[in-house]
Amino acid sequence: MDVSTSPAIAVEKLTKIYKGIVAVDGISFSLRRGAITGLLGGNGAGKTTTIAMIMGLVTPTSGRVSVLGSDMPRQRYDVLHRMNFESPYVDMPMRLTVRQNLSVFAQLYGVTDIETRIGQLAADLDLGEFLDRPNGKLSAGQKTRVSLAKALLNKPEVLLLDEPTASLDPDTADWVRTRLETYCADHRATVLLASHNMNEVERLCERVIIMKKGHIVDDDTPQALLTRYGREDLEEVFLDVVRGRAREAAQ
Amino acid sequence: MSVLEFSPSRVGAMVRRYWYLLRSSWPRILDLIYWPAVQMIMWGFLQSYVAQSGSGFVKASGVFIGAVLLWDILFRGQLGFSISFLEEMYARNLGNIMMSPLRPAEFITALMIMSLVRLSIGMIPVSFLAIAFFGFNLWSLGLALAVFFLNLMLTSWSIGIFVAGLLLRNGMGAESLAWTFMFLLLPLACVYYPVAVLPGWLQYLAWALPPTYVFEGMRALLIDHVFRADLMIQAFAFNIVLFAAASAAFLQLLKSAREHGSLIQGGE
Repeated sequence: MDVSTSPAIAVEKLTKIYKGIVAVDGISFSLRRGAITGLLGGNGAGKTTTIAMIMGLVTPTSGRVSVLGSDMPRQRYDVLHRMNFESPYVDMPMRLTVRQNLSVFAQLYGVTDIETRIGQLAADLDLGEFLDRPNGKLSAGQKTRVSLAKALLNKPEVLLLDEPTASLDPDTADWVRTRLETYCADHRATVLLASHNMNEVERLCERVIIMKKGHIVDDDTPQALLTRYGREDLEEVFLDVVRGRAREAAQ
Repeated sequence: MSVLEFSPSRVGAMVRRYWYLLRSSWPRILDLIYWPAVQMIMWGFLQSYVAQSGSGFVKASGVFIGAVLLWDILFRGQLGFSISFLEEMYARNLGNIMMSPLRPAEFITALMIMSLVRLSIGMIPVSFLAIAFFGFNLWSLGLALAVFFLNLMLTSWSIGIFVAGLLLRNGMGAESLAWTFMFLLLPLACVYYPVAVLPGWLQYLAWALPPTYVFEGMRALLIDHVFRADLMIQAFAFNIVLFAAASAAFLQLLKSAREHGSLIQGGE
């Protein structure tokens, strides 16, 4: 298969069952290289479990995930240095300064010129002012920027973002989205973005996958979804789906 | 690139991460010295008291202080390993680590190095305190001390690796094991008394534990002035088996953690 045309992420009949509870139920999708795709769904829809299986942190009960042509989690060490993630469910050590944290992760990811890379990210994400401050003494917005810097340290080809702008004020959230857009445009990175913020998804994503109770219930461009559901914005589409009005609304 | 690939640079990154943490917090450093010092002083005075009561060999040989210092190498070695691992869970950083290219063997190596660093910070000053307070010079054991140390560290790392696996699989609910697991060995490894004191059936169990050979070897050296190389070789052989078993258990528990989703929970 031609590497440039093969999907960045391919998910086939992916299922995850925790102690008899089905978290993800036989979902399939593939993401083309360079695309930003939104993953929507209410709490417990299976978004985080899906992302965790793509990252190789969770082993699927059945089905298959491949990232940049490598099976996850079996061949994860072939691709982990080419991907990265950001999630509100993880933090960076609080007592280490931003510079120390970024420097440690840069070394883990095999970044060659660490100081230069940190300097670039500090300029791009406006971290200069607090680069030598402990992570625990940053505001929520500053921490998000640092987490994003960590996620971009290795110039990843695949970026998995789980609610990257949660708990941010609208101004900071908009600022983060702009930086993400710039990075993806510059590096042709593939992004899978799980979010509850419909404006964010509408603005950034060329495609939206909607999950409910472990299933994919819809998968299309934001515009096509709006047309199909006859709604003004994605938030209304989302409410139609999670409240079970999907079928009638779509009809 | 396989799971077997080993990068000293990634190990160095993790050691740097723990070193930054340690040097940023004076209570953490003080804690490394405080308990070993209290423990050594208490056992030192007990030894002086017992010696005054007529057991002359106790004072002459310094077996209690020797035992407590070697026990601290075993216990603090494991604690140094486990606390560094727990720091990742306290900081909710485990997801970042597990998602990075860091291999399990590199992670474990970094934790082993940190256990040595933490142990050195704690035990070196305490060993000098033992000279100052009680005239017991641990360093005078020379090569024997190096062999004792090697065997005790291998055991402490094996227990540390196994406990880390349990933490990965069970989350913070297993945290207390990091602090208490080694105490299971305290009566069985015959730290303060000879194996002969145990009932016959329990002696079989005691001789299955590598530290038992070290503490018997220490008593042979301090009381009879004989270095028992045979005991040290047996301890080393048992340690190799223990280390291999702990590493296999860690990998199995990591696999199980991936299956049960524990790596993204990390909580109770």
